[in-house]
Amino acid sequence: MSIPVMKYEAVIVGGGGAGLRAALQLSEAGVKTVVLSKVFPTRSHTAAAQGGISASLGNVEDDNWHWHMYDTVKGADWLGDQDAIEFMCRQAVDAVVELEHFGMPFDRLENGKIYQRPFGGHMANFGKKPVRRACAVADRTGHAMLHALYQRNVKADTHFLVEWMALDIIRNKNGDVVGITALEMETGEVYIIQAKAVLFATGGAGRIYQSSTNAYINTGDGIGITLRAGLPIEDIEFWQFHPTGLAGAGVLITEGVRGEGGYLLNCNGERFMERYAPTAKDLASRDVVSRAMQIEINEGRGCGQNKDYVLLKLDHLGKDVIDQRLPGIREISLQFLGIDPVKEPIPVVPTCHYMMGGIPTNYRGEVVAPNGENMEDIVKGFYAAGECACASVHGANRLGTNSLLDLVVFGKSAGNSMVEYIKQHGDEYKELPEDAADFSLNRLAKLDNANSGESLADLRHEMQKIMQQHAGVFRTQSVLEDGINKIEALYARVQNLCIQDKSKVFNTARVEALEFMNTIEVALATMITAEARKESRGAQAREDFPERDDEKFMCHTLYYKDGRKIVYKPVHTKPMTVDYIPPAKRVY
Amino acid sequence: MSKKVKFSIYRYNPELDVKPYYQNLEIELDDLDKKLLTALIKVKEYYDDSLSFRRSCREGVCGSDAININGRNGLACLTDIDSLKQPIVLRPIPGLPVVRDLIVDMTQFFNQYNSIRPYVIDERPMPERERLQSPQDRDKLNGVIECILCACCSTACPSFWWNPDKFVGPAALLHAYRFIADTRDQATAARLDNLNDPYRLFRCHTIMNCADVCPKHLNPTRAIGKIKEIMVSRVV
Repeated sequence: MSIPVMKYEAVIVGGGGAGLRAALQLSEAGVKTVVLSKVFPTRSHTAAAQGGISASLGNVEDDNWHWHMYDTVKGADWLGDQDAIEFMCRQAVDAVVELEHFGMPFDRLENGKIYQRPFGGHMANFGKKPVRRACAVADRTGHAMLHALYQRNVKADTHFLVEWMALDIIRNKNGDVVGITALEMETGEVYIIQAKAVLFATGGAGRIYQSSTNAYINTGDGIGITLRAGLPIEDIEFWQFHPTGLAGAGVLITEGVRGEGGYLLNCNGERFMERYAPTAKDLASRDVVSRAMQIEINEGRGCGQNKDYVLLKLDHLGKDVIDQRLPGIREISLQFLGIDPVKEPIPVVPTCHYMMGGIPTNYRGEVVAPNGENMEDIVKGFYAAGECACASVHGANRLGTNSLLDLVVFGKSAGNSMVEYIKQHGDEYKELPEDAADFSLNRLAKLDNANSGESLADLRHEMQKIMQQHAGVFRTQSVLEDGINKIEALYARVQNLCIQDKSKVFNTARVEALEFMNTIEVALATMITAEARKESRGAQAREDFPERDDEKFMCHTLYYKDGRKIVYKPVHTKPMTVDYIPPAKRVY
Repeated sequence: MSKKVKFSIYRYNPELDVKPYYQNLEIELDDLDKKLLTALIKVKEYYDDSLSFRRSCREGVCGSDAININGRNGLACLTDIDSLKQPIVLRPIPGLPVVRDLIVDMTQFFNQYNSIRPYVIDERPMPERERLQSPQDRDKLNGVIECILCACCSTACPSFWWNPDKFVGPAALLHAYRFIADTRDQATAARLDNLNDPYRLFRCHTIMNCADVCPKHLNPTRAIGKIKEIMVSRVV
């Protein structure tokens, strides 16, 4: 079949923080670059990040990147790669300063420097006491960052293909990535985009759960595509449940509320985090706080008629602080629950928020996969950054504000790697296989030709329910085994997915069906890898295996679609320049 | 508990329809379904999967789901169903070409945004650390940087309807002010020159529809007024 071919030296899939930061690096280096995005770039989910971006600027009190690194390693429950973590934490100060230079409107201290607030798991002096490390723009930091990065790309004249969806990557016979297939939503047409290098910055897949802070567009497209291309994904069993999702609505309420002095209460009015984390209290790591909340609820100390949420109290901060530092969450609380946090506490529950796993990369943003003896062979021409990637800096649990940092540090690093690769590459593009688009076209044809079958709405709701019930905050063998059976049965039904709308122009039913084919891969992979990991580490809390098992499981999970195979690879224990931080008991 | 809600929705698919029409629908919603976006998603899921609209964050920060709701522009995700008179009449935001159903072509809107050079211009060598800015100077950007580029304001503005190619429009002018007001930006004079034109800035006749419909409660008219003030004081 013959379809139109476009050519760009670099193709970036995803217009959020990581994609835009990488694009800037490429555009400014004079590389012919295009950014594909399902939505106009400023609509990407980076916009919903609230609390801050971490960097040891030390603007308020002493801080340094060694402490930031220690907190990140500990937060990750020793599943993070220490070379990548060192790389990120060392770059953090420059990355934030650069964002300021790009025009990001950070809040300011009296002395004119960037404002910093405390955040969960941010500690001074190797875990001793909370420190102000989160650089903030009120509670709209992601929105401000995304707009600043987009604006900078307008300046750099980056080329965008807006409302385009990537379908699959194209690999040649050596396995090198030589382009992608993509759908232009407005026309419904499929194109091949030939490239020297392809970056995935496709974000997360939090929509696998019923209750999620994630946007509708967070459907794990990059993960689905990678799996279909025969490559593995890493540590996908680790999902962060954010402690403070708005009860019922699922909308995020930033940890910055607790950073500014808010705290959680059970139905007895008890500040229960004091029991679970005597030092950090409400500012312990997110997995720790979410589990504590879930225990309070499970043991009957939840609030409300059904005792199914806890309360986030912040009225004692006063209207001025709330309006200055937390205006967005006041607006959200009023909008969705009719509750004014200036007067009343906000009902909150642990809510799916972030995917720690993703496409395996090194700290240069190069995608890696096992090849013979080498567990980390570089997949030529393929790069990933941001939430869809697993570098791995977040390990088993991400620290708040490290996600925005991840986007800019690894977006830039991947951009640099791509510039280098493209310069070595020479003028010639690698040849496309003759059947380059057939795989995607066949997938589309199957969908377009189905006249009866399963409804997308039913399948999607069922997947979300299964994930919520079987892969939640607490997990056990029997619940996970049931979950695998259910999700496998559902997966089989997805093959008969049928949509009614058969038109081409901006057919969003078709787009959603294609998205769901990616999402279901993520759900299945999550359930299978969570069952296989028989230990508790970070966000994976197994009631039947309550302890961390470093001997067996201080290793990354690699999951393949083919045969639903799992292999494990070692965690990088060697940082770039400093001493290894050996595993220790995780106490906050 | 459930409730029934009536809709009249603008439909147009250029592949199939000779001209646009209104689709009347009555749908059943859960009592807990609060926002209009939830209702639209239910329509698409259970009644008619061909209804096309944009949406993403569902919390008013991405700016995707601007729709004309009972004659007034707003975000579907922030609009309470119960606050609306039925049948709820949904149309694409006015003044821009319709691509399909509730989806408009926003090219002109973003062209105007790009035309104001939407980035801080400061060609001086950057210091090693952050540039300093007082909290008071930073506060000047409040009420401006919260803009989500949803286009509710510009497509509610008659001046923008008549001259979308010449009049910058309230959203992009709000951003123009954002960079003029930013003490880090060094290009105020050039920015004012860029706007000093019978159309680009001065087509604003302070009708104030923009401020009236902004889902983030921002006030582009006030920002436009401030640009005019600065421009006048420059002449004097």
